[in-house]
Amino acid sequence: MSADTVRFSEERLAEIAELVKRYPGPQSALMPVLYMAQEDFGYISMDAQKMIAEVLGLRLMQVREVVTFYTMFKEQPTGKYLLEVCTNAGCMLNGAYELADHMCGTLGIRMGETTPDGLFTIAEVECAGACGGAPVVQVNNIYHEKATPASMDALITQVRADGGVE
Amino acid sequence: MTISSDPKQVTQICFDRINIPNQNKLSVARENGAYEFLPTVLNDFDSAKIINEVKTSGIRGRGGAGFPTGLKWSFVPRNTGKPTYLLCNADEGEPGTFKDRDIMRFDPHLLIEGMIMAGFALDVRDAYIYIRGEFLHEANVLNEAIAEAYAANLLGENILGSGYSMNLTVHRGAGAYVCGEETALIESLEGKPGRPRFKPPFPAVEGFYRCPTVVNNVETLATVPAILKFGGEWHASIGIPNNTGCKIFSVSGHVNKPGNYEVPMGTSLKTLIEDYCGGLQHGSVPKVIIPGGSSTPWLTAEHYDTPLTYDDLMKAGSFLGSGAIIVMDETADLVALTRRLAHFYAHESCGQCTPCREGTGWLERVMKRVEGGKGCAGDVTVLKDASEHMAGRTICALAEGAAAPVLSLLKHFPEDVQTRLAESSK
Ligand SMILES: Cc1cc2nc3c(=O)[nH]c(=O)nc-3n(C[C@H](O)[C@H](O)[C@H](O)COP(=O)(O)O)c2cc1C
Ligand code: SF4
Ligand code: FES
Repeated sequence: MSADTVRFSEERLAEIAELVKRYPGPQSALMPVLYMAQEDFGYISMDAQKMIAEVLGLRLMQVREVVTFYTMFKEQPTGKYLLEVCTNAGCMLNGAYELADHMCGTLGIRMGETTPDGLFTIAEVECAGACGGAPVVQVNNIYHEKATPASMDALITQVRADGGVE
Repeated sequence: MTISSDPKQVTQICFDRINIPNQNKLSVARENGAYEFLPTVLNDFDSAKIINEVKTSGIRGRGGAGFPTGLKWSFVPRNTGKPTYLLCNADEGEPGTFKDRDIMRFDPHLLIEGMIMAGFALDVRDAYIYIRGEFLHEANVLNEAIAEAYAANLLGENILGSGYSMNLTVHRGAGAYVCGEETALIESLEGKPGRPRFKPPFPAVEGFYRCPTVVNNVETLATVPAILKFGGEWHASIGIPNNTGCKIFSVSGHVNKPGNYEVPMGTSLKTLIEDYCGGLQHGSVPKVIIPGGSSTPWLTAEHYDTPLTYDDLMKAGSFLGSGAIIVMDETADLVALTRRLAHFYAHESCGQCTPCREGTGWLERVMKRVEGGKGCAGDVTVLKDASEHMAGRTICALAEGAAAPVLSLLKHFPEDVQTRLAESSK
């Protein structure tokens, strides 16, 4: 993506103008705007960061340090389906590592990697705040609680059969 | 609400309506008592009366630190010429905690009503809910509920003709545990990396954009409507003195029925685990109970009968924290668990204090080699020294929380570490 193709739509810009009014200062709108960029462009490239700095009247550095501080902002494209396996205490005590290993096996990749077809990325994450439903796997931010090797295999098979069409 | 006006009959406050379907819809919530008492508060109560009721109620913050809410509110300077902000802490990142999520997804209007009442008491014009980024569904539910509340003039200008106006905005975090710390939350809401600030000044005096700011947990704010409706005295008569009201406990780990359970303060750990959570997966006595989230010191079977209160858990050597109880039976690998938590804290340290940045890194590296069978006899001393040097020397309490699992492991289960080390030397 080049600098001129990374542009927010007019609707987005209008949305941002409204958003900024909700805060005492425009910098507060940075995180919500980064989410918009991620939604619109798939990830937040350097060009997107420059464009955002311009839109909000910030220095590039101010945008960069936020993008890099927070784990949910992605500077690189991930697979179409981001599988985030929680392995923190509650999930670990209920088989999260075994589940993660199984999923890596099914996908044929290691933790943190993306399948060659670009469909799946698997990542280990911290407590998802849903430990009552351990083990928890987030699939593109949708929570799958009490996940099992079978339920995750079924999900992966389904996505592959659909060719990744949502 | 079906909450009894007789405090002795009360078993739940925040979860009173939690099982009623579609409670997130304004019409349904209203049928069940949401916003019923709000006009009385806005028209007949004033700031001093509300703060006084909250003080009398004895409620202590449900987010982890247990600071008395009424007192916090009374610290806010008035007529400074600056706006006062109300921030709801919905970051819910402490491992083991998952209670605020249920309030937000099942009964968002309870939180919104509590925030309007708190905002009115503190003369707040703009309030925010800072919700962890992963809770996208919950943020959407809240946004829909807020839109309905605006349309019904429960938010916005001149709420219900009372002359009071308040805006409410949901703001998503983006995956940083430290942003749950109130000053980091403020930094994050200002559009910066979430690095905690030195205190003082406390947020009540100098917080969001350097203005007076109150930060309260979701559960704390969701308790406000009941306190104002039934009175501070009523709330103070639930539970036990200095530990009043009900509390939601998020129970996870090796129990048969993990989940959120709201009970009057003072219910025992054993009652909660056996009567509510269906007991342990294996055996009859837990090996470890982490009573207040992963940052709190571990308890063992010896403390199984402890009443769940701030004071009793402190006497037992730990904290009530956020009310996140992680239970482990005899099958738990405590060395592996401690290594996992060490990784968490090393990953989440914001890095601005040397003891925390370096200490969390050390703990993770050493725990990894102990777990992996590559430890040596001196590692116990290294772990001990590193964790003891972290507490009390940092800007925020994350470092102390990071040390807690390691110190607990060494204190209660030195043999588990020794066994691993003995395997290493083979
Ligand atoms: C590292 C760290 C993480 C925290 N995370 C949270 C959190 O996720 N939610 C929360 O309500 N409080 C959290 N707290 C406590 C807050 O700093 C603050 O005490 C709380 O939001 C005040 O609200 P309360 O008085 O209603 O409990 C955290 C504290 C620390 C040190
Ligand atoms: S204690 Fe750790 S997390 Fe807290 S401010 Fe210091 S470095 Fe950051
Ligand atoms: S430990 Fe996995 S959701 Fe909390």
